[in-house]
Amino acid sequence: MSELPLEAGLLLAALLFLTGLVGVITRRNILFMLMSIEIMFNAAGLAFVLAGAHNGQADGQVMLIFILAMAAAEVAVGLALIIQMHRKYNSVDTDVLSELRD
Amino acid sequence: MNIIFYIAAIVAFVATVMVVTRKNAVHALLYLIVSLLAVSVIFFISGAPFVAALEVIVYAGAILVLFVFAIMMLNLGANSGKEEAKLLKPNAWVIPAILSLILLCELVYVFINYDGASVELRVIGPQEVSQSLFGGYMLAVELTGMLLMAGVVGAYHIGKEKKREYHRYLQTNENS
Repeated sequence: MSELPLEAGLLLAALLFLTGLVGVITRRNILFMLMSIEIMFNAAGLAFVLAGAHNGQADGQVMLIFILAMAAAEVAVGLALIIQMHRKYNSVDTDVLSELRD
Repeated sequence: MNIIFYIAAIVAFVATVMVVTRKNAVHALLYLIVSLLAVSVIFFISGAPFVAALEVIVYAGAILVLFVFAIMMLNLGANSGKEEAKLLKPNAWVIPAILSLILLCELVYVFINYDGASVELRVIGPQEVSQSLFGGYMLAVELTGMLLMAGVVGAYHIGKEKKREYHRYLQTNENS
């Protein structure tokens, strides 16, 4: 069977992770921030699976399953918090959450 | 195989950039689904068919549908795109983008120096994965179950619409 270069795969994981990081830093809409966090989870999972395939072990895939479960729990709680925020402030802009500053 | 990998990688990267730069939340969500499907293709060709299926079912099928429902509940309205355009000024994103680009250059440098490694395409099927999952990782599986339970209960509790409770005096005041 043919082979994949590991560097290219890890490079893609790094690209996706940094794109997600830029999204978290620059966007002020909290929905987009949550989506960018999902992108970062996914990139980390990609790195896990490729490293597992490099070693010929199943552990990388096991880690991706854990990441998947954690992302599901995180999204459920995060979206509930966003809905509460929208109910209270009628906005999804993170700048309205500045009560502690005033 | 390599050509499929590179096509899927380009699709994943372009779709991810589109997610971060879109102004409409639903458009960004659709691009995110495309990105996840492309990553799923990469999982499949790197010998992980079980996880590829799981990525489509759980990520694209369940988590992003949750996002769609949340966007429906938020009911953002037609002019939310314009508000987003106001928020997304260049002076807000240029410096973080440059810093991330520096990090990316470092990573590229590290990966280029680390040559010779390759992914041998041995298919690791569901049987091997589950033997590992329920063998050495049993405790982690149970902890994940507890985490999901806490997530469900927490999401229900946080997302519940709180009933405003007034004192008797205020209630009669409001009624009169």
